[in-house]
Amino acid sequence: MNRPGSSAAAASRWTDGSMDSRVRRRYAAERRFRLIGLAAVSLSALFLAFLLITMAWRGVGGFTQVQAAVPVDFPRSDLILDPAALRGDEARQAIAGADLEGILAQSATVAYGARAKDLFGTAAARDLGSRLIGDPDLLRERAILWLPVASGIGQAAKGDGSAEAEQLASQLEQRDLLRTRFNLGFLTQSDATDPSAVGVWGALKGSFFTILVTILIAFPVGVLSAVYLEEFAPRNRWTDLIEVSINNLAAVPSIIFGLLGLAVFLNFMHLPRSAPLVGGMTLALMTMPVIVIAGRNAIKSVPPSIRDAALAVGASRMQVIFHHVLPLALPGILTGTIIGLARALGETAPLLMIGMRAFIATPPDGIADPATVLPVQIFLWSDEVSRGFVEKTSAAIIVLLIFMLLMNGLAIYLRNRFEQRW
Amino acid sequence: MTPEAEIDTLPQHGQAADELPGPRTPKMRARDISVFYGDKQALKDVSIDIHDDRVTAFIGPSGCGKSTFLRCLNRMNDTIPAARVTGRIELDGEDINSSKMDVVQLRARVGMVFQKPNPFPKSIYENVAYGPRIHGLATGRQELDEIVENSLKRAGLWDEVKDRLQDSGTALSGGQQQRLCIARTIAVDPEVILMDEPASALDPIATAKIEELIHELRGRYAIAIVTHNMQQAARVSQRTAFFHLGELIEYGKTKDIFTNPRHQRTQDYITGRYG
Repeated sequence: MNRPGSSAAAASRWTDGSMDSRVRRRYAAERRFRLIGLAAVSLSALFLAFLLITMAWRGVGGFTQVQAAVPVDFPRSDLILDPAALRGDEARQAIAGADLEGILAQSATVAYGARAKDLFGTAAARDLGSRLIGDPDLLRERAILWLPVASGIGQAAKGDGSAEAEQLASQLEQRDLLRTRFNLGFLTQSDATDPSAVGVWGALKGSFFTILVTILIAFPVGVLSAVYLEEFAPRNRWTDLIEVSINNLAAVPSIIFGLLGLAVFLNFMHLPRSAPLVGGMTLALMTMPVIVIAGRNAIKSVPPSIRDAALAVGASRMQVIFHHVLPLALPGILTGTIIGLARALGETAPLLMIGMRAFIATPPDGIADPATVLPVQIFLWSDEVSRGFVEKTSAAIIVLLIFMLLMNGLAIYLRNRFEQRW
Repeated sequence: MTPEAEIDTLPQHGQAADELPGPRTPKMRARDISVFYGDKQALKDVSIDIHDDRVTAFIGPSGCGKSTFLRCLNRMNDTIPAARVTGRIELDGEDINSSKMDVVQLRARVGMVFQKPNPFPKSIYENVAYGPRIHGLATGRQELDEIVENSLKRAGLWDEVKDRLQDSGTALSGGQQQRLCIARTIAVDPEVILMDEPASALDPIATAKIEELIHELRGRYAIAIVTHNMQQAARVSQRTAFFHLGELIEYGKTKDIFTNPRHQRTQDYITGRYG
């Protein structure tokens, strides 16, 4: 290195042409990489935007209902209903026994001609029924009522119906007899055969009970397994086998868990079919490995110096775990749990196997009642022939997405809230 | 200036301790300690006594087994699944590896301070109060407050933190964190304190404070300290053990080890020929 001139040669090497082009190539490579990365991010953002915008655009109609005004002359109708009967406890029964749909068809025909026979459907009859219970004196007069139109007319009013229905809709519209209102029924009612009468409340309640059962089983079992495997279990062939099995379990397709649930919970244990109890247990099987894996990783990432510190002041193994390791691992465990639960909340396939795809028109009151859940409800509606279900499907998807966002938001909140820095 | 001469000029704290009269029973007595990590032998037949009122320093090059030996003294090696310890260690004549000895109590009696300051990610108060709380050493809030205050005072940290006891222990500086760890250790009133290179992650000023603290604590506890820093060993200890490749080469009065080592390897190490 002491040869004369060698340092001068080294100096010029940094400034000659080949070095310049190498520098340029390096910059060009970085620019290229950034562009590709940006393109990848944009593409995924585009897909997400496309999904959200189509859902919102199609689904927003599901939250509204078209109402039509109709004069109903109760005293002169064929309705045999005593106002006194509506004040007692048997009001619902009395309403159920009355042919409200017939009255509505009759009134619509009188007011708008024979074409309007099917102007109203079950949703209108249901609304009329609850209005009569609220105000039985209505039966004594001739009233003009705004009631939700049948699905076909509603679709026509939104510009997507049969020619005949569209004609009727435009006639009514010209006479200002149609209006569009927020459909509260969509959030408070359950499944129905008439798309104008359906709601997601039953499915929401079903989802709630199912996830509740899943949390109550999967969280304690998963966390305890993670703690035991990480802190107490000896390292030998058996624990290796268990670890491999748990990792495999997390990768098993969900429909297999459905078959397992069908075989064990329904056929062997004879638990009630279609119930959130069984659905929750099945989903717990599916969620548990996710919680175990997340929990073990979180526990593993607690710095050993903290364990040493606690041991060195004379903390027992249990005290080290419960006073130091678990609190520090909690954000990781909770994040993993919520991600697992969000997956369970959106799961359809295993629930089809245990009968949660049944048509259930009454919301469940407990974990043993027959129920359906949101994603299954979406699946069922997407399968329906009637046009009216299209927007209801999209609207239900929006409700599900909002729930997912809330859960993920909760995960982020909990992570930030409990995260300790050292 | 030869290292020996340099060491002679260093202040020699507490040499008077050596002048204590009469034969004394050691606080801890280790006999023929061997440690295996799997098939590898990390420590070969080490025998050392650790006395009250004295600081015993373990020196030696990296990987010589001095930290391993220290961790035997409060059975911290139990936490390493592959580690196997043979030999006999006594605390006040009791075998610490016997089934009668509860490891949790042992670790409360033989406290430990680590190389890297490792306060719990909790408040300063909670850091110190944790030990007394789990051992039930305080009957009420007031008593606990007293223990915390006394421990922090003895660790020389009270004046710096008394107004912010509820702040996180991890928000302190490195030197303060280490003194907090010492306060946490002495809060459970141990009999022996083991220190594993307590100042190696600290700057010279924080190191000086820790060393000062060691002098002050010497009167109350038997202290064993592992250090890489030979000057530190010379400054703080009265007994020094030199380890090399898992063997105890030489053990004696610090003054003798540094000025008049009996073994060639000790001589080579303290004069900086290796290590």
